[in-house]
Amino acid sequence: MAKVTVDGIEVEVPNGATVLQACEAAGKEIPRFCYHERLSVAGNCRMCLVEVEKAPKPVASCAYPVADGMVVKTDSPVVRNARRGVMEFLLINHPLDCPICDQGGECDLQDQSVSYGMDKSRYREAKRSVKDKNIGPLIKTIMTRCIQCTRCVRFSAEVAGTAELGGTNRGENMEIGTYVEKALTSELSGNLIDICPVGALTSRPYAFVSRPWELRKTDGIDVQDATGTNIRIDTRGPEVLRILPRINEDVNEEWMADRGRFSFDGLKRKRLDRPWLRVDGKLKPVSWPEALGAVAAKLKATAPDRIGAVAGDLVDAESAFALKALMAGLGSANLDCRQDGAAIDASRPDFYRFNTTIAGIEEADALLVIGANPRTEAPVINARIRKRWSLGKFPIGVVGPAGVDLTYGYDHVGEGPATLRSMLAGTHRFMAVLREAKKPMILLGRGALARPDGAAVLAASWAIARDCNALRDDWHGFNLLHLFGGQMAPLAMGFLPGAGGKDLGAMLSGGVDALWLLGADGIDPAAIAPETFVIYQGHHGDRAASRADVILPGAAYTEKDGTYLNTEGRAQISRTALHAPGEAREDWRIIRAAAQGLGVTVGFDDLAQLRAAMIAAAPALAEGFTRSFCMDMSGPAGDADALGDAPFASAITQYHLADAIARASDVMAECARTYGPVPALAAE
Amino acid sequence: MSVEQPTHFSFDAESEAQISKVLARYPEAKKASATIPLLYVVQRQMGRTTGSAWVPNVAMDEIAKRLGVAPIRVYEVATFYFMFNMKPIGKHHLQLCGTTPCMLRGSDDVMRACHDAAHVKVGQTSSDGLFTLTEVECLGACVNAPVLQVDDDYYEDLDYDRTVALIEALKRGERPKPGSTIGRQTSAPEGGPLTLLDVAGE
Repeated sequence: MAKVTVDGIEVEVPNGATVLQACEAAGKEIPRFCYHERLSVAGNCRMCLVEVEKAPKPVASCAYPVADGMVVKTDSPVVRNARRGVMEFLLINHPLDCPICDQGGECDLQDQSVSYGMDKSRYREAKRSVKDKNIGPLIKTIMTRCIQCTRCVRFSAEVAGTAELGGTNRGENMEIGTYVEKALTSELSGNLIDICPVGALTSRPYAFVSRPWELRKTDGIDVQDATGTNIRIDTRGPEVLRILPRINEDVNEEWMADRGRFSFDGLKRKRLDRPWLRVDGKLKPVSWPEALGAVAAKLKATAPDRIGAVAGDLVDAESAFALKALMAGLGSANLDCRQDGAAIDASRPDFYRFNTTIAGIEEADALLVIGANPRTEAPVINARIRKRWSLGKFPIGVVGPAGVDLTYGYDHVGEGPATLRSMLAGTHRFMAVLREAKKPMILLGRGALARPDGAAVLAASWAIARDCNALRDDWHGFNLLHLFGGQMAPLAMGFLPGAGGKDLGAMLSGGVDALWLLGADGIDPAAIAPETFVIYQGHHGDRAASRADVILPGAAYTEKDGTYLNTEGRAQISRTALHAPGEAREDWRIIRAAAQGLGVTVGFDDLAQLRAAMIAAAPALAEGFTRSFCMDMSGPAGDADALGDAPFASAITQYHLADAIARASDVMAECARTYGPVPALAAE
Repeated sequence: MSVEQPTHFSFDAESEAQISKVLARYPEAKKASATIPLLYVVQRQMGRTTGSAWVPNVAMDEIAKRLGVAPIRVYEVATFYFMFNMKPIGKHHLQLCGTTPCMLRGSDDVMRACHDAAHVKVGQTSSDGLFTLTEVECLGACVNAPVLQVDDDYYEDLDYDRTVALIEALKRGERPKPGSTIGRQTSAPEGGPLTLLDVAGE
C-alpha cells in the first residue's frame, strides 16, 4: 500500500495504482476523456493533468503510478491552467455544433468544457473537417466531432474482440475509422455509443429523436437474451426511445448486447393491440368480454386433461405463474415451457442453471464449451469469457461447428457427441487439460439439449464436469446457457408436465383440444394439430398468432412489472416503463380475468398477492441471488451412453432475428440484411 | 478512397525469400513487429511487377494474415508512415526535401527543375507515368543539401541543371550513380579535405 496525499487528504491505495485512482479514493473528481476504467490506459487526451510535488510539470494522472509519500494537488492554479489549455486544444477542431448534436446534454466534452474551458475561443483559423464513416446500420458517425480519445478503438480490440476500428494517417490528418468501409461485426457495437465521450459515435435509430432531459427513465431487465442485462428504458410519452445498460458488476458490467439495445422499435410494430376471435375461419376484432367469453366457453366444454398450456421465451415469472395457477384450477397438468424441446431436467436447479455465475467466469481456469456459440447466444457473457481469456492461462475447448469466430482463441476439440464419448472414456487430450485445472468450467448450450439425444448430452456433460472435478462444495463448474430471459423462471416454478401431464410434443400432436400459448412464438404453428383450439396470449403478431382461434393481447417486457430469472438463476425485477398499446393488458390480469370467467379460483387478486403466492411456491423467484455450489454430485436423468452422432449446431442462426420483438424491428431487419449470409460470388 | 484497388495479391518467390528472412528476426509471439518490413516487401514487389511501387489494401490484408493481426493494425501503420504509398505512383518516385537546410541551399531550383523536366507538380504523377513528385521533410542528408531521393537512392548537391540532367537520364532508362552529383567524397568538405591534411596515409 502507498500513502498518498491528495489536496491535503491522506489516502492509502495499493501499489501500482494510478494517481487518478488515488484522487478518486480521496473523493476528488478528475476530468478525463480517454481514460475508461474497463479499458487499457492510453493517456492521450491529457485532460486528467494534476500537479505532483517534485514533478517538474503537470502529469497525466491516469497513466502515472503512485509512489509512497506522493503529494498531489488537483485544484492548484497550475492544474487549472493546464486543463484549460488542454481543453482549448481539444476544442480547436471540435465543431461546437452542440445544438444539433445528439450527445448534447450527456456529453463529457460539453460538461467538462463548462467546468474547465474558456468562455471564448482564441482560435481564428479554419477548423479541420473529417468525412463521416459508414460503420453499419446501428452507429451513426460524425467524425468531425471526434477528439481521438481512442476509447472506441480500445473497446473494439479489447472488450468486443473484433479489432476493426483504428486510427489511420497521422497528425492533423489522423482519423478514427475502419479504413476500408465495412459494418462493424460485433454484437456489442452499441456500447461504442456509450463509451464515446463526445458526439462522434451516436445511435443511428435515435438520431435527432430526443434530448436526454425529456426522457422518463425506468429500470428494466433485458429479456432478449438470458444474460439478464440490467437496462434503463428511456421513454417519452407512449414510446420507448432508447434502451441503455445500467451498471451491474455481477451481470453485465456496463455492457449490453445489440439485439436488446436496438430492437425496441419492434415494440411499436406488429403489435397485438386488441382481442381477436376466429369466426368462420377468419380472425375478427372483438371486445375483451367476447374474447374471454369464447375462451371460457371452450375451456368449460373441454375435459381438463385435454387442455394444455405452453409458456414462451420472453414471459415474466408472474404471468407464467398465473397461467400455471389457472391450469391447476382447471385440473390440467399439461404444461410445458420448453418450446425448443430441450431435454432439461428440472428436478434440481443446478441441472439447468449457469452455476459458475457470470462473475465467476473470471475465477475459472479452463473452459469447455459444448454445443453453444456464446457470442451469438449471450454476447455479454461472451465478453466476460474473453475478459478472462485475455488474462491468460485459460485454455478453452469447443465442441461444435468448426470455424466459428468467438473473439478469442480456442481449441476446436470436436464437432459432435463422439468427442464427449472420448472425453468420458478419458482418452481425449482436452480431458487432461480440464483435469489439471483447479476451477474448470463446462458451458453447455441449450441448443445441444434440443435434439433427440438431448438428455444424453446433458448427462454426459454433467459426467464430464464430475470427472474433471468441477462439481465441488466450493466450486460449481456445470453451466447451462439459456437463450432468452423468460426461459428460466418457468423452469424454476415447474411450468412443466405434472403427474400424468403431456409435454409439448404430445400437446402439439393432438394430445389436447385447447392449447393456451403464453407468448410462445418459438414453435412452428404448422406443427399444431389442425383441430386444436389455440388461445394465443402475447404481444406480437408473430408466428403463432396467425394460427390462433382467440388472440388475447398482452404486454411486452417494457410494459409490465415482471420478475425475470437470468441464466444464473438471478431473480431481477423489471419495472413498467409505459403502458401496453390499445386494449392490450398486463398478462397476469388477462389470466386473472379468464379465471373469473371460468369460475376458477387462482388465489390472488393483485400483483402483490400473486408475487407472494409465487415466491411461496418457488422461493427462487424472490428478487436477489445467492451463489450456490455443488452439494450433490448425482447427475440428471439421461443415459450418457445414448449419445447420437449428429454434430452440434448453433441454436441461434440469425442473431438479429432471434425473437419476436427483434423480428418486428426495422432496425434488426436492416442488420440482418447487412450481416446476413453474403451471397456467394460466382466463379471466385 | 477513389483508388482502384486490385482484388488479389500474393507474394512472389522473391518476396517470400525476403519474408522468411524478416520473420526469422522476431520471436513467434512478436511477429507483428515485422509489419513495416513486410510493407516494404509488398511495395517493392508491386514496383517490380507493376512498375508502380504502392501498397494495395488486399496486400495489407495478406500481411495481417501472415502476422496474425487484425487488418486494421496494418492499415494504421501503413497510413502513418509516408514511405508507404497508398495509391499508385509513377515509375520513379521523386522525393524532394524542402526542409530548411535544403531550402537554403536551393531546393526551390530543384523543384523548378522537376516541374520543367519531369512535367510534374507536387503530389502528382506525370502524364507519361514516369514520375511522381512528393515534397518530404528532412531526409537527413543536410550536409550535402539539396537532396532529391529517387526511389531508394539519394542524389545530393543538386542544382537546376544537374537535376534536369538526372531526370533526362532517368527518362532514357539510365540510372546515374547515387550520391553527390559534384563528386564530393561522401560528406566530406566540398573540394576535398581541409583539415588533418598532415595525417599520414590520408
